[in-house]
Amino acid sequence: MTPDNVTYLPRGVRLHRCGVRNEWFLLAPERAMRLDEIGIAILSELDGARSVRDIVAGLAERYAAPAEMIANDVATFLSELHRRRMVEVQ
Amino acid sequence: MSAVPVPLALLAEVTHRCPLRCPYCSNPTSLVKRSAELSTATWLDLFRQAAGLGILHVHLSGGEPAARSDLPELVAGVAETGLYSNLITSGVGLRESVFARCVEAGLDHVQLSIQAADAGTADRIGGYRGGFATKLEVAGWVTSYGLPLTVNAVVHRQNLDRLPEIIALARQLGARRLEVAHTQYHGWALLNRDALMPTPEQVERARAIVEEAGGRMVIDYVPPDHFATWPKACMGGWGRYGMTVTPEGVVLPCQAAESIPGLEFESVTDRSLSEIWRNGLAFATYRGTDWMPEPCRSCERREIDWGGCRCQAMAYLGNPGATDPACSRSPHHSQFRSRALGFAEAGVDSFTYRG
Repeated sequence: MTPDNVTYLPRGVRLHRCGVRNEWFLLAPERAMRLDEIGIAILSELDGARSVRDIVAGLAERYAAPAEMIANDVATFLSELHRRRMVEVQ
Repeated sequence: MSAVPVPLALLAEVTHRCPLRCPYCSNPTSLVKRSAELSTATWLDLFRQAAGLGILHVHLSGGEPAARSDLPELVAGVAETGLYSNLITSGVGLRESVFARCVEAGLDHVQLSIQAADAGTADRIGGYRGGFATKLEVAGWVTSYGLPLTVNAVVHRQNLDRLPEIIALARQLGARRLEVAHTQYHGWALLNRDALMPTPEQVERARAIVEEAGGRMVIDYVPPDHFATWPKACMGGWGRYGMTVTPEGVVLPCQAAESIPGLEFESVTDRSLSEIWRNGLAFATYRGTDWMPEPCRSCERREIDWGGCRCQAMAYLGNPGATDPACSRSPHHSQFRSRALGFAEAGVDSFTYRG
């Protein structure tokens, strides 16, 4: 995953809030991944238009955190989901 | 008494009708007739109940779900609840216009079965001429409508040696995911185990082929347990993650649970899904660890394997409350293994086709 990549959730992968558990999940074929706040924040930004770099900058500003640290978290998280075909790159 | 977990998945066997006659089918040998199937309205109510229970995935399966003319309504019913809808189909009997209505209704994913990578073998195994060609066409619809496609290949002695071709075919069809699932020996498959049981060498080779496959397609490999050290945590543990609803509305802890005599199963026509899941006797009987005999009870893996498969203990030992004989710690393990070897070497190729 590079800062220039533009990522998106492919069809068949979507966020879902379970009211019974009061938690968010990323649903995909045969997969349900429980999301923490960071996961929700990152995935909510994927729009298939902005680059990973732009998303990191936005999150750094919103959470008043160093961009380098966020960049690392975002790249690790998205790379893993990309490997599992739950995130695609344009 | 263990706490009752929030379930993840509902397998809705909306019909037992199916044009294919696969000898590895895990449906029971006594199939539910069309006249006994639940109505559209009852299924839709059931999906709402499933959402209320915390379920996340609804698998529309069968039999062949496309045998029901209300398939798009069923998909719409799942979509309305926000739950993830998965159509598990053979492709045979599914018309493009019906599929298009399912997509429009919000279908999330399609899992398409294949029996082999060539028409001759596939149609012989499926017991339906022309089935293979139909599947290729259906795979094309799925990808052209932009839906994620999983190809599901149930493997056994008679198709395992062509696993590389099966993987290549799934790639060629544009599958995002491939499931290579060893046959589960329940229902019709149990009848056919002398024609289906793989040899240990085939199993070993298959594992290596999957590991080395590479590429972007996700491959999920469901290993067999006959030649393994530890049993499979069937259903991830009885009454922990999922449930199956039969075409007539009976709620089961696993697809094959009706093979266990003495368990009382309840129907959604009599009681709510929530009550059956939480308080139903069939679910409570083997949920958690309280029911376990030794060697499970004191085993450090008791909450990993959950005692293995109850139906397998029933099928091989006549005792559903026994440790799964697939476990190397079962006193019956070596006998179980040598019986499996016997089936693998039976030299029988002819099938008893599903009715």
